[in-house]
Amino acid sequence: MDAIRFVHEQLETKRELPEFKPGDNIVVSYKIIEGAKERIQDFRGNVIQINGNESTKTFTVRKMSNGVGVERIFPMYSPNISEIKVLKRGKVRRAKLFYLRALTGKKAKIKERKYTKK
Amino acid sequence: MNGLIGQKIGMTSIFNKAGKNIACTVVEVGPCVITQVKTTDTDGYNALQIGFGEAKAKNTSKAMIKHLEKAGTAPKRKLTEFRDFNVDALISPEEGEVGPKGLGDLLTVAEVFAEGDKVSVSGSTKGKGFQGVVKRYNFKGVNDATHGQHNRQRAPGSIGAASYPAKVFKGMRMGGRTGNTKVKIQNLEVVKIFPEKNLLLIKGALPGHKGAYVIIEK
Repeated sequence: MDAIRFVHEQLETKRELPEFKPGDNIVVSYKIIEGAKERIQDFRGNVIQINGNESTKTFTVRKMSNGVGVERIFPMYSPNISEIKVLKRGKVRRAKLFYLRALTGKKAKIKERKYTKK
Repeated sequence: MNGLIGQKIGMTSIFNKAGKNIACTVVEVGPCVITQVKTTDTDGYNALQIGFGEAKAKNTSKAMIKHLEKAGTAPKRKLTEFRDFNVDALISPEEGEVGPKGLGDLLTVAEVFAEGDKVSVSGSTKGKGFQGVVKRYNFKGVNDATHGQHNRQRAPGSIGAASYPAKVFKGMRMGGRTGNTKVKIQNLEVVKIFPEKNLLLIKGALPGHKGAYVIIEK
């Protein structure tokens, strides 16, 4: 396992991404390559889980689109992520927010965390 | 055929230049010792025998210990022969060309492989024990749980006719010991090399469990 950790340390792209947690509302700017063209698509939603560790870490963002829940899994260290912006800090009590899938409307709302711990 | 012996470490995924996430296996490869040099004059063919992995002396036969003493090495877990090993093709990343290697010399991963090489990997698959035909031969089984079926969901079905031929033909696929067979996977890509830790990253999965020995040929 040490060897795998070594590989991860070598491969991790050293760059600054803002810190975020499950429950936060974020915008992921993701590069999309269509043939020769490259464009950036924004995906805004709530982080419902952060999975894995080191260079294979991923996070799942959920949003409601025309009344349909859409989830997207992003690799944390993907070179295709051009930017992540944190819009709101959510106040949640668990690490995986899968219960949101069963909820709609006002019940699916995450309370905002106004104070951040120093 | 150039190649080395390696030991499976585990799997991970990395991003290639196009930004695609590709799954790859981490293998610890070498340094392997040349334990015997076979030539047409002495053995009838050209080959290199190389060894890898530490073994205990008490678990090694005296004949093997004496054989390895000629190369000046301790007992090895795994010995393999590579026919027509091209020693001249070895290139070290730092010093350029490597001089001729002989008995007792070490072969390292960076000398034999380069990033982007296509390799074939052989090893033993994981043993699965006694398995039915659904797992062993990808039979479908009976897909119905109702319509008069009982106890038959993973059954093979008919294995032949009755009074003629009055036997089951040889080679009929049935349940039995599965896995632990030698397989060779060809045309795998070397994604990355870490010479300082003797690690090789190969695209895709390799046969066997973690810690299994695999033979990597170029």
